[in-house]
Amino acid sequence: MRAARLLAVGWLLHIKMLSRSSFNGVLGLVYPLFFATVAFFLFREGSPHALLYASLGASVMGIWSATSTAAGAALQRERWQGTLELLVAATAHFSLVLLPVTIAMSTIGLYSMATTLLWGRILFGIDVSIVHPVLFAASVVATIVAIGMCGFLLAVSFVRYRTAWALGNLLEYPIWLICGFLVPLSLFPGWVRPISWMLAPTWGMRAIRESALGGSPLPDLGVCLALGAGYTLAGVLVVETMLTAARSRATVSLT
Amino acid sequence: MLPSMNGVIEAVDLVRTYRTSTGVFRRRTIEVEAVRGVSFAVERGELFGLLGPNGAGKTTTIKMLITLLIPTSGQARVLGHDVVKESREVRKQIGYVFGGEKGLYERLSALDNLRYFAELYAVPPRDQRRRIDELLELVGLKGRERERVEGYSRGMRQRLHIARGLLHDPPVVFLDEPTIGVDPVGARELRATIRSLADAGKTVLLTTHYMFEADELCDRIAVINKGLIVAEGTPRALKAIVAERTIVEIEAYGVTDAAIERVRAAPGVTSVSVEEREQAQVLLVQSAKGLELTQQLLAYLDGATIGRVAAREPTLEDAYVALVSE
Repeated sequence: MRAARLLAVGWLLHIKMLSRSSFNGVLGLVYPLFFATVAFFLFREGSPHALLYASLGASVMGIWSATSTAAGAALQRERWQGTLELLVAATAHFSLVLLPVTIAMSTIGLYSMATTLLWGRILFGIDVSIVHPVLFAASVVATIVAIGMCGFLLAVSFVRYRTAWALGNLLEYPIWLICGFLVPLSLFPGWVRPISWMLAPTWGMRAIRESALGGSPLPDLGVCLALGAGYTLAGVLVVETMLTAARSRATVSLT
Repeated sequence: MLPSMNGVIEAVDLVRTYRTSTGVFRRRTIEVEAVRGVSFAVERGELFGLLGPNGAGKTTTIKMLITLLIPTSGQARVLGHDVVKESREVRKQIGYVFGGEKGLYERLSALDNLRYFAELYAVPPRDQRRRIDELLELVGLKGRERERVEGYSRGMRQRLHIARGLLHDPPVVFLDEPTIGVDPVGARELRATIRSLADAGKTVLLTTHYMFEADELCDRIAVINKGLIVAEGTPRALKAIVAERTIVEIEAYGVTDAAIERVRAAPGVTSVSVEEREQAQVLLVQSAKGLELTQQLLAYLDGATIGRVAAREPTLEDAYVALVSE
């Protein structure tokens, strides 16, 4: 109960903080425009079905970007503003402190998702009609949570390695590609697919598309959440080791 | 095992070495010994000061005691819990407050900051509102708690820091230079708050490099310099170190380094420190009591413009200067 409350309060306050950043607000308008434009020009010769397929992919790109790049930046910001060492010194398990931060980031990506779909509708006339709205909503929530959990695993390493935030930036574009956000996985060489299958965004993307276009999203949804839970478990298992290493090498407060 | 000590805070031979690497192709590792064997004990209800210049090892020592840094060697305990092996138990018992602008969520209100840290320190939900209200009252932020921290003055931030550090009502409080950069009135209010913590029975470890602050607040003081404790005792005992000395304060303009070295080497002079005050340099020259050195010192400063010259009784600051410069 206490853990759930800490997760909820942490998530809410970090959402509050992130939504008050005017810089993030401007990016939230510009990035979706870029995503929607790319989707439209890639698939403009296709059917309305293909355009919606691409538009949905572009919208999830924003959620991933918000998490992969922002997770590192957020941890670095915690270092700069001196709050990271207070979080480490608190009595709560560090996983319960960190997880709501990254889930808050992926939740902010929801704003980017909505804006991408809206830009697509306004500028390029992409029709956004969802076949299973409830399953679609469930898929979006599951994808956000799973991407947040993936961000958590990344963020755990950022605590120990001060420059690991660069890894988050490095992962932004490859994940767009190998999780099939814009291009179907079948176009990639066979060795890429097992990597894609290990990534929760791949399954979240599939669940979102299945629910929007009229398929069956539940199996994909299950795999997406199971992988997210796996990332969280891995993060929880290594977080104490990472923290001990950070305390030993004095990287908690160094910027 | 730690030697048998009864302190609430116990440090025994604490050592902390930092390793940094430089160079891209030829990596070179540099080791800096920030703390080189520090031992002390703080008794229950005591306000203990750790005094030292910048880079002396105060913050490193405090960070080892609050479990943020693992000592390279040596041991430390807080209320009997080892800071390395029982870090979670230690964290439950301590509050940590540091000085400066950092350590708060600027885009959130003071109330949100306190709510968040109340959760992080497992303050029961039914007690949170009452506890936060009490602390806002204690630090004088009642009525301003819904404003964003980014609009707070430095003094207000510092008071909010103190409230944050006390949320879970810890019996032991670590204050790392809590009044740094705060204006005189704000600093006086903060000192009153710190005094009230000790009056309420909390054990307080305070680091500062303001002598008058340590003199006013602390029951006992340890002076740390270059990673070692060079003296420990009550403010009165530390002042006694320089009781048999005279201080000559010389205000001068355009004093060269060579002239300062000549003063330092003068017979009877035990220590010299120089403070920059706008265009002027103020030389504080300590010498054995009874020696009349003023004319001789002024002769060594030949070429500099001399302003006010005064001889006076030593203060705790003079004791500190003597300890860290000898």
